[in-house]
Amino acid sequence: MTTPTTTGLPETLPAASPPVSQPPHPLVEFWYHFRQNKGAMAGLAVILLIAVVALFAELVAPHDPNIQYRDAILVPPVWQEGGRWAFLLGTDDIGRDMLSRLIFGARLSMMIGLIVVTLSLAVGLALGMVAGFFGGVTDALVMRFMDILLSLPSLLLAVVVAAILGPGLVNAMLAVSIVVIPHYARLTRAAVMAETNKDYVVASRVAGAGPLRLMLVVILPNCVAPLIVQATLGFSTAILDAAALGFLGLGAQPPTPEWGTMLASSLQFLQRAPWVVTWPGVAILVTVLAFNLLGDGLRDALDPKLKR
Amino acid sequence: MLRFILTRVSLVIPTFLGVTFLTFLLIRLVPGDPIEVRVGERGIPPERLLELRHELGLDRPLWQQFLDYIGGVLQGDLGVSLVTRNSVFSEFVTLFPATLELAALAMLFATVVGLPAGIIAAVRRGSVFDHGVMGISLTGYSMPIFWWGLLLILFFSVGLGWTPVSGRLDLLYYVEPVTGFMLIDTLMAGEYGAFWSALHHLILPMIVLGTVPLAVVARMTRSAMLEVLGEDYIRTAKAKGLAGKRVIGLHALRNALIPVVTVIGLQVGTLLGGAILTETIFSWPGVGKWLIESINRRDYPALQGGVLLIATTVMTVNLLVDVLYGVLNPRIRHSR
Repeated sequence: MTTPTTTGLPETLPAASPPVSQPPHPLVEFWYHFRQNKGAMAGLAVILLIAVVALFAELVAPHDPNIQYRDAILVPPVWQEGGRWAFLLGTDDIGRDMLSRLIFGARLSMMIGLIVVTLSLAVGLALGMVAGFFGGVTDALVMRFMDILLSLPSLLLAVVVAAILGPGLVNAMLAVSIVVIPHYARLTRAAVMAETNKDYVVASRVAGAGPLRLMLVVILPNCVAPLIVQATLGFSTAILDAAALGFLGLGAQPPTPEWGTMLASSLQFLQRAPWVVTWPGVAILVTVLAFNLLGDGLRDALDPKLKR
Repeated sequence: MLRFILTRVSLVIPTFLGVTFLTFLLIRLVPGDPIEVRVGERGIPPERLLELRHELGLDRPLWQQFLDYIGGVLQGDLGVSLVTRNSVFSEFVTLFPATLELAALAMLFATVVGLPAGIIAAVRRGSVFDHGVMGISLTGYSMPIFWWGLLLILFFSVGLGWTPVSGRLDLLYYVEPVTGFMLIDTLMAGEYGAFWSALHHLILPMIVLGTVPLAVVARMTRSAMLEVLGEDYIRTAKAKGLAGKRVIGLHALRNALIPVVTVIGLQVGTLLGGAILTETIFSWPGVGKWLIESINRRDYPALQGGVLLIATTVMTVNLLVDVLYGVLNPRIRHSR
């Protein structure tokens, strides 16, 4: 296409002057923008801390989360009257160490987030990609089904799915995964539709790339940014909804140290021993907030339109 | 205009049928035969079981059962609760005003606080107030509301004794339900003491249920205002020498309100989902608490009907918001 011979341009262009500075690698540029967002950095730090604690729970936790100390029932946190140094955040109604249970709960919550995001992202990505790439009837069918899922409030749908599957941690994770699939499907579809007719895609289609190659190798890498943001925010939804199911008795069952379940099983001690209810909630709030901060920061750093 | 509305309505119909089918399947996905679930542990002779199956139409092909179900749904027949033997529809309708009253007040709370907070944050962009509002709203957005409710009960009800712990009305009062909305019923009966009591009972649940929408409204208002404040016509209005308050209140706010109104409408799903948790914590006699109790009692027809009715409510409100958006914004109406 570009044959400059007829335009009278010289065959050899004058040697370009050496570039003054290389444009930074995209990751470097991303990190530069991300680093300026203090909230996002704080979120990242908190998440890393929780992840390390969750990974090395056995080493970090001062006690076994399920051991019941009969002589230490409802011991208050150490700074309150009657607190003991052996139980920094106090103990629950059957003498288990709160701090240790929270630490093992962190492992569960991180695992819930990871599994839910992986599952829902995989299914949502596949559905959205197929819908956006093929269009027509396929698109209509997939998206109408997503509309049906979206017409139910997310927590209600999760409750219903958990009720059908029966209570339990695995079923709760499945329920929450199903609920968030439409978000990924819609996002992927929109991104794929925006890319499908661009020149570079047409070029590789003309070059003979099959649909699978076009979808996975050509288009997908250009749709990743919004999905990364959504997946990060998906962690917070997953942790929050799984905890809510646990609280309603439809998620993890006692004595599993899941934060929502811990809250529900100590409700009757709300007045006598507020700490048994306070700490699991603080843990949920801090973790979810950290993921939301990180997600917001990622969005700002990845979306050039919002860069200031 | 009419064509726009009709298109929107016709798009909702397949979704509605899909939800109906999903709730129809729900009762069949639950492990165990519906009749065996109903008779419980005692068991019944096999011939009686066949008889009952025939009576309920369970021995017919699935598609015929579905058509029957749809036919019933369209006439408002959602089956009978296994526990109370009342019609599911009438149970839902009796309890729904309690949920609606709570949700409406929660949304009112979210709007009354969130809208001004978002506007001021946008106008004073980068100020301490802006950072404060954004920080608080992100915290509110991340809040596990079941825990938030417990904290508020602990502080205001147990600690300070300012608000009641649960329920809708003090036991001292009895008001004949007319509309089902406690605030209206008490006023209509002229029972001002009962009205105050009902209001007292509403405060904490309203705050708890309104927390997430409040965060969403504040964030949305701020970003919509920021966008509008950068437009040329705002610069023109300022250049004309109009007072700052007039520019913000009249020129900017009017245009920023369109996306905000939409977001407020779309919070219905969040509100009805959150109602499940809020009503459980505060023993609020609405449909959210009823649904959870139905699950615990294995009352699947009640669960099935309740889910369908809530989904229908959400779809109807979303449709109204969609149409309203088209009315407010001609660009949307004509682009399709």
